[in-house]
Amino acid sequence: MKELLELKGITAGYEQTVVLRDVNLAIHAHDFIGIIGPNGGGKTTLLKVILGLLKPFSGEIVYHVSKQSLFGYLPQNSRFDARFPISVKEVVLSGLMSEKGIFKAYTKVDRKRVEEILEVYGMSDYKNRPIGELSGGQMQRVFLCRAIISSPKILILDEPSTYVDANFEMEFYSLLKELNEKMSIVMVSHDLGTICSYVKTIACVNGGLHYHESNLITPEQLKLYNCPIELISHGTVPHRVLLEHDETIENKRIQ
Amino acid sequence: MFELLEYTFFQNALLCTILIGVSCGLIGTYIVAKRMVFISGGITHASFGGLGLAYFLGLSPLFGAAVFALAAAFCILYLSDSKRFKEDSLIGIFWSAGMAIGVLFIYLTPGYAPNLLSYLFGNILTVTGEQVALSLVLCLVIVLFFAKFYRPLFYIAFDKEYSRTHFVALNGLEIGVTALIALCIVLCMKLAGIILVISYLTMPQAIAGMFHKNFTKQLVWSTIVSCGGSIIGLFASAALKLPSGATIVLCFLAIFLICYFWKKKK
Repeated sequence: MKELLELKGITAGYEQTVVLRDVNLAIHAHDFIGIIGPNGGGKTTLLKVILGLLKPFSGEIVYHVSKQSLFGYLPQNSRFDARFPISVKEVVLSGLMSEKGIFKAYTKVDRKRVEEILEVYGMSDYKNRPIGELSGGQMQRVFLCRAIISSPKILILDEPSTYVDANFEMEFYSLLKELNEKMSIVMVSHDLGTICSYVKTIACVNGGLHYHESNLITPEQLKLYNCPIELISHGTVPHRVLLEHDETIENKRIQ
Repeated sequence: MFELLEYTFFQNALLCTILIGVSCGLIGTYIVAKRMVFISGGITHASFGGLGLAYFLGLSPLFGAAVFALAAAFCILYLSDSKRFKEDSLIGIFWSAGMAIGVLFIYLTPGYAPNLLSYLFGNILTVTGEQVALSLVLCLVIVLFFAKFYRPLFYIAFDKEYSRTHFVALNGLEIGVTALIALCIVLCMKLAGIILVISYLTMPQAIAGMFHKNFTKQLVWSTIVSCGGSIIGLFASAALKLPSGATIVLCFLAIFLICYFWKKKK
């Protein structure tokens, strides 16, 4: 499949601390990569490197496609000022910045796209509200709209399970499946159940990165790569369950 | 009162007040939205150092102030971005060091400094035709800059990290707006003086913010309030023979209180 982006021998971290060492990862079209690993293992650092937010100490990022509308990004906690004077509509419109750069004007067609996407995600009634007046779940829905309005080539999600509420969870993941037909998805998650039922491949990040060509985690893999599965599942999820874990069981659990 | 309009000095003052009103309305909205009020205070006071130095060297005080304001603005933003210093400490350093340099050079300059008070508290009635022309140029640049870039500008201010994932040229835009903030502050010093500048950049915005929670509307309404309040204040100061800068600030305060209680009653 077509390769979009490639990390080659990336070593990255903050100031003097190395968090990721010699990481290689390729993202292809229609990938759905789940990123797992313990806290402090470098999951968010990896996302930041992919997104170009953090300059690695060494190694390179090769872009095989144009950078325009390359990324849609849904951060874990959007750290923003809740009293910033910006409406829901404008937040979603800002998702087109990559297309527009700083010089091109935003047109009626763009605003129409915003209205449409807000309609799809059930946020139409809130379009004129200041973003700070929404609830946490509503905000994340708006930020999801912002992330996908430009139909990015790669959608990057950082811990969606922490902000997706129970009512929206099923809907959210089936939606991701739909989006995955159009774009690649890279998702960091603590929720092992989710990872196994939705993603196609898994990357374990704990200082280094180990890539699994399937969404099944076998005990052999765990042993071989010393993957921190137990840490993130609090050590109570036996492996057999994971192998049997399919979508219907997952959905029942949520209901 | 309106016979004042026949005098050139008052025409100049009125025109300059409107130009400053528009500039501060726009720049102030950005400053308030991005919570840069304290930074702006630091830039304002740092510029006093340039003013004093220029005075000592026999140069134009406003030129000296502009150089120091620009330098302080870029230093504060660059150094606080690099995370080596805390932003508020940096502001404190620039704030007081600028004032100290200013005081020192004015002390060292032989003779009495007659215009000093007008730089601290502003006196729009002494504005020259040349200064009006400069204000016009700067005001036009600010209006055009905001007309062209207000969306990316506010989008980046809202969520810089997200903007960076879109690979937009945000550094250029931030350099531009930082320079305009510094120059707008210096321009405003003629009207309000170093001590009162901050109110021009925050009070109209606070009033507009009571009614509108969207930056597009805040930009428009801050500008209207800023212009309107300054013009009323200027006429009031002339009629009552009061200092213009302080009268305009109190005029903003009056508008603020009226709006506050009117809104509360509703």
